[in-house]
Amino acid sequence: MQFTFTGEQHQFRDVVKRFLRDKSPATEVRRLMETDEGFDPVVWKQLSEELALPALPVPEIFGGAGFGFVELSIVMEEMGRSLLCAPYFSSAVLAVSAILNAGTENQKQSLLPQIASGSIRATLAMTESNGRWDASAVELVAQVEKDHFVLRGEKSFVVDGHTADLLIVVARLEGSEGDNGISFCSVDGDAPGIEKTLLRTMDPTRKLARLDFNGVRAQPLGEPGAGFHALNKTLDQAAIALSNEMVGGAQFLMDSAIEYSKIRVQFGRVIGSFQAIKHKCADMLIQLELAKSAAYYAAAAVDAGDSCLPALASMAKSAASDAYMQIAAECIQIHGGIGFTWDQDTHLWFKRAKSSEVFLGDPAYHRELVMQRWEEGI
Amino acid sequence: MDFNDSTEEATFRQEARDWLKANEPTEAELEGLDGIEAAKLWQKRKYDAGWACIRWPKEHGGRGASAIEQVIFGQEESKFDTPEGLFTIGHGMCAPTMMAWATEEQNKRYLPKLASGEEIWCQMFSETAGGSDLAALRTRAEKDGDDWIINGQKIWTSGAHYSDYGVIVLRTDPTAPKHQGLTYFFIDMKSPGIETKPIKQISGGANFNEVYFTDVRVPDAHRLGAVGQGWQVAITTLMNERASIGGGGGGVNFKSVFKLAQTVNIDDEPAIKDKSVRRRLADWYIQESGLKFTGYRSMTALSRGEIPGPENSIGKLVGAPKQQDMASFALDLLESSGAIWDPELSQEAGMFQATYMASPGIRIAGGTDEIMANIIAERVLGMPQDIRVDKGIPFNEIPTSNS
Ligand SMILES: Cc1cc2nc3c(=O)[nH]c(=O)nc-3n(C[C@H](O)[C@H](O)[C@H](O)COP(=O)(O)OP(=O)(O)OC[C@H]3O[C@@H](n4cnc5c(N)ncnc54)[C@H](O)[C@@H]3O)c2cc1C
Repeated sequence: MQFTFTGEQHQFRDVVKRFLRDKSPATEVRRLMETDEGFDPVVWKQLSEELALPALPVPEIFGGAGFGFVELSIVMEEMGRSLLCAPYFSSAVLAVSAILNAGTENQKQSLLPQIASGSIRATLAMTESNGRWDASAVELVAQVEKDHFVLRGEKSFVVDGHTADLLIVVARLEGSEGDNGISFCSVDGDAPGIEKTLLRTMDPTRKLARLDFNGVRAQPLGEPGAGFHALNKTLDQAAIALSNEMVGGAQFLMDSAIEYSKIRVQFGRVIGSFQAIKHKCADMLIQLELAKSAAYYAAAAVDAGDSCLPALASMAKSAASDAYMQIAAECIQIHGGIGFTWDQDTHLWFKRAKSSEVFLGDPAYHRELVMQRWEEGI
Repeated sequence: MDFNDSTEEATFRQEARDWLKANEPTEAELEGLDGIEAAKLWQKRKYDAGWACIRWPKEHGGRGASAIEQVIFGQEESKFDTPEGLFTIGHGMCAPTMMAWATEEQNKRYLPKLASGEEIWCQMFSETAGGSDLAALRTRAEKDGDDWIINGQKIWTSGAHYSDYGVIVLRTDPTAPKHQGLTYFFIDMKSPGIETKPIKQISGGANFNEVYFTDVRVPDAHRLGAVGQGWQVAITTLMNERASIGGGGGGVNFKSVFKLAQTVNIDDEPAIKDKSVRRRLADWYIQESGLKFTGYRSMTALSRGEIPGPENSIGKLVGAPKQQDMASFALDLLESSGAIWDPELSQEAGMFQATYMASPGIRIAGGTDEIMANIIAERVLGMPQDIRVDKGIPFNEIPTSNS
């Protein structure tokens, strides 16, 4: 067994880490989170051109770098640690996975190269105002015209939906219900008939938008009505990538709490010398390592084509959510009054922990899925 | 045991309820007022009718009511949506300290205005050097004739920016061991040389402050307790602080989360039908009831003139983490919309999100969870104290983070 990162992967991580340390210090996170766009186009260009990060998950035949999900997850983990404000998760994870899972060869050929080069940014519009992550909750209707769809309905909580150049939309065929009739399609972000509203989020580092489709012309992606499996696979992959991002954030917080506990003196000694604090930190490490192992294993399972992926995805998402939330709350606690202030950075991650926890389904939802999927052997 | 009101209690309850019903501020009256103005309006109305701080003696602005009557009034008032919170520190912590340590003339001067809401008080204990370790505070007071001159800085002072007076613990003898060199005062917040700077909290709001003192004069007559007795006086305040922060009710409680679970769905059914949701809610119901009944035991002891037992010290340690868990759970129930914080769109005007961001503070303010647990272990259970490395050492010789 070789459940470890290779030398190249370690080197790759170092490169990404260095880039992010340079481009995404907390001051930049704070600057960008106050903007409506929520990212810096210059940094996006650099991470696209110098590091080719959006190309990572895209196969070479479609203009990508053809790396695996493990490399993608390394990037996500580092972005979670540095809380990079950029449409990477939306474009390179959500949209690319959806296109790869749902599209035909021709469609991949026409859509992916530009996403891989970073020249266009895409996202996936799946949830609606009911906020649900299962296929049966999709209500937005695709009316089939000759060679295109006409979309009517709304999407909500769409990551970077207000800035994306390309929207991959999950719709359902008129008259269908449940798991049937699920259809992917693609449409330009500025196509006529789309009304975009930036939502006011608790976590300002990840922008969410509501999109209203008033008779919007869209191109089908894959076979109309047959998108159910592609959707599930996309959501599983997204959950795994997000889990890796979450453990990166949790790691940052744990490190910062431990560092602080070694310098803050109360009662004539550093607070890290109190067993109450040591045990809290030991608990953090336990949660984090369990979550990391699950997230890493699930990422490797994507590359290996493991048939148990759905169960692994839900397990990773549950573990990462629990760890991130607990570590975020305890990180504030260990900082005392300082941790409750705006100027100290912990709250940025504390808010991301919650927004990630509810994105793609909360831990209770994923725990139920773990059980169902385990029973079904998937 | 008897949980029913006695005849007198029932009469009192009816009287309180009738008055509250007839006098609760209307929407029109509150229109255009900010939180402070609204709270002041309501407090003054209660005061004028003899319903403010009812347990305080009449000459101090109260009505000399019994502990049980105070509980009854509190129960009845909580059924109305009246402005609250602004006076918690003044009424709950500063006033009891004044009653225990100030002169009768001082109490007659200051307490009625505190009761009427005309004057707001704050508590200036914490410093950057000393939060949990309060006795590590450094802000100096030096005697100058009949005055003391204060130099230094306090931090995390809730409400300092709108307070008229504040209680403060200061170091008057840096050569004495740390608990012995402290003296307690109350101080006019408008004194020359005091500067308050708001500190922004994680929610983006700013309710607490840094307070800077540059050659601020406070008359010796505003000293509470003897010179060097400040620690003992501070304990009076802290005991009352823990009682007043207590369960930390707030908007997120069993009822509001239960209501939320009725309105949101899991698998096409109201969440309240989901077994795991029910189990969590039941846990909180049990905790909340436990706290409530524990409160009854404390109140009964108080009403008989006895000192409440260990049960009185668990409130904050149960209540604060519970509130954090409930707010977090409520956001999970809201699923994707839990991440949206928009008073116009979010359920209950964003109360669950606001509480998610306020609750970490409740676990820190007024003694952190860890300090509360230490207090229970050492003072209530009588377990051996942690080894104090700074015990008996003159304050100015104790090593600090900066040295
Ligand atoms: C919302 C809010 C309002 C406040 N309002 C006021 C106010 O009005 N007036 C005022 O004076 N103060 C106020 N405070 C300050 C508050 O009392 C302090 O923040 C608190 O006592 C903790 O002190 P600290 O922030 O210095 O943290 P620290 O004492 O540095 O604590 C850091 C961590 O170390 C832990 N720790 C410390 N000592 C021990 C130990 N012996 N054993 C185990 N763990 C330990 C703590 O539990 C915490 O987790 C407020 C704080 C907040 C958050």
